[in-house]
Amino acid sequence: MNILVCISHVPDTTTKIKFTDNNTRLDVSGIQWVINPWDELSLTRALELKDDASCGINTVSVAHVGPVSAEPTIRKALAIGADNAYRVDTEPLDAYQVAAQLAQIVKAGAFDIILCGIESSDYNGSNVGGMLAEFLDLPSVSGISKLEIKEGKVHITREIDGGKEMLISPTPFVGIVQKGIAKEPRIAAMRGIMMARKKPIQLVDAVQTEPLSETLEFEPPKPRPACKFVDPDQPGKLIELLQNEAKVI
Amino acid sequence: MSVLVYTENWNGKFKKLSFELASYASELAEMAGIEPVAVSIGKVEQDELMKLAGYGIKKIISVEGENLDKFDTRTYSRLISDQAKNESATIIVLADNNRGKALAPRISVRLQAAVASGVTGLPEQTEPFRIKKRAFSGNAFATLELKTVVKILTLTQNSFDLREKSVEASIEKQTAENYDTGPGPEIQDVQIQTGKLLLADAEIVVSGGRGMKSADNWGPILELAQLLNGATACSRPVSDEGWRPHEEHTGQTGKVIAPNLYIAIGISGATQHLAGISGSKYIVAINNDKDAPIFDAAQYGIVGDAAKVLPKLVEALKVAGNS
Ligand SMILES: Cc1cc2nc3c(=O)[nH]c(=O)nc-3n(C[C@H](O)[C@H](O)[C@H](O)COP(=O)(O)OP(=O)(O)OC[C@H]3O[C@@H](n4cnc5c(N)ncnc54)[C@H](O)[C@@H]3O)c2cc1C
Repeated sequence: MNILVCISHVPDTTTKIKFTDNNTRLDVSGIQWVINPWDELSLTRALELKDDASCGINTVSVAHVGPVSAEPTIRKALAIGADNAYRVDTEPLDAYQVAAQLAQIVKAGAFDIILCGIESSDYNGSNVGGMLAEFLDLPSVSGISKLEIKEGKVHITREIDGGKEMLISPTPFVGIVQKGIAKEPRIAAMRGIMMARKKPIQLVDAVQTEPLSETLEFEPPKPRPACKFVDPDQPGKLIELLQNEAKVI
Repeated sequence: MSVLVYTENWNGKFKKLSFELASYASELAEMAGIEPVAVSIGKVEQDELMKLAGYGIKKIISVEGENLDKFDTRTYSRLISDQAKNESATIIVLADNNRGKALAPRISVRLQAAVASGVTGLPEQTEPFRIKKRAFSGNAFATLELKTVVKILTLTQNSFDLREKSVEASIEKQTAENYDTGPGPEIQDVQIQTGKLLLADAEIVVSGGRGMKSADNWGPILELAQLLNGATACSRPVSDEGWRPHEEHTGQTGKVIAPNLYIAIGISGATQHLAGISGSKYIVAINNDKDAPIFDAAQYGIVGDAAKVLPKLVEALKVAGNS
């Protein structure tokens, strides 16, 4: 079996987010870029499965849709252990365009398991995985918190309201992954970093697509009013405030 | 033309989220000058369906069918897309929960419809269609323009107030056939905790962080949550340590919630934690470090040792509850 992990390239989660050009664009100065946290966990899980010979995984590939500036992030995925990488050379404007480009990579390859993160921590869209599955007319499973391969079958646990569901999925399928899929993201070792330099990043020409939506502008969240402090010896005061001022209890 | 809303049910019953969706759809329909229509999938009794009319829904389509008992994303997205076409929907509304997130992108590709996910309010305008959504994990809002004829919105739970508005409604019963989408994922087993208030449904959430020191100290948090009719949550290190179950982890990589009240105890307020809770209407922080960033996000705070403050708070609440 072959696994494809779709990776998004996002600002490090501790970044102070600022905007420029009249708040129409993210100010990228000083930003540290990382692999989107869920994609990093998906990749980690894919590699764990490959390490276990009984799972029968031949290759783990990664795919990214975006300009050359994302190559360090792609190299990082290779250093962590992906066998090869694809990059579609275009600047997508919305999730629809990303999914349309990824679809051509999947169609051209022979992937059995295609993994996407539940969302990208920049636009919080939660759309790419589901769109990709629909473009390919493949089954999809969302909210995956566990992925195993036993006797050639793909076993999945997905989170549902108040519990979990255990499923077996046919392949190929698109898995949309959330927390739990792997414990800690795998870190690149020196050897991996050296090897990654020689691994190929295959450039793919973009297909023609139109975006369905456009981001017009950004704004920071409204500042909250200053915190009112209550004497720790008189917590009853807090109850009073919550009852009479905030009116939430 | 219409606003079509998918009102999810749980074992044949609607919950507050379903009525939030109905309220949102009927208000949006009013704004756009079109009709609000609800689609319910799976078996729901007549009087339960009629409850949607209490929130301004004039037409309720109830679809039943053999293979609709299990949730299959392909089947459900086809069904909702077809309903949207039949009803000439220009706006489709879904919940921003597990199901809504799974369906919206599939419907988007089927209908060539732009999606804004995780919206918390009505659009600023409908021609052209502009709406705000959460971005950068709570660190910003983005204004999107949806450029297609049909638009899809997923609504954040607990972000839109119920609007009671009784209207005359018709119910149309349908049986779904021809939705066999071929082999799909097969459910082997389901584990559901019944009777427990779900974190996403809770209006009050009491949450503990590493400052609680150990799993043994959770007693007062559970008691507080019970007294307030709330649910319990935690920060990531707490679930990583196994002090609390993973479903309780809130934040960037955990659950994103928007309760009316979030009480953070022994939580420092890292940006990744705030990403999951910044939509809360009120945040209370209890922390022994007066410089902890959580106090910048909180409206009310107590600087003190949780081990000492919590028992007093529980007592005070019991007194307030009895008076
Ligand atoms: C990619 C990424 C994603 C992440 N996602 C998440 C996420 O989704 N959710 C999340 O929560 N974190 C997440 N984190 C981790 C996050 O950065 C913080 O490390 C975490 O939120 C800290 O948890 P905490 O506040 O419980 O612990 P700490 O930061 O250790 O804070 C404990 C707090 O308790 C206080 N305290 C100590 N003793 C007492 C006492 N006796 N009484 C009262 N107060 C006391 C301390 O003053 C301190 O403020 C993520 C990190 C990364 C890198």
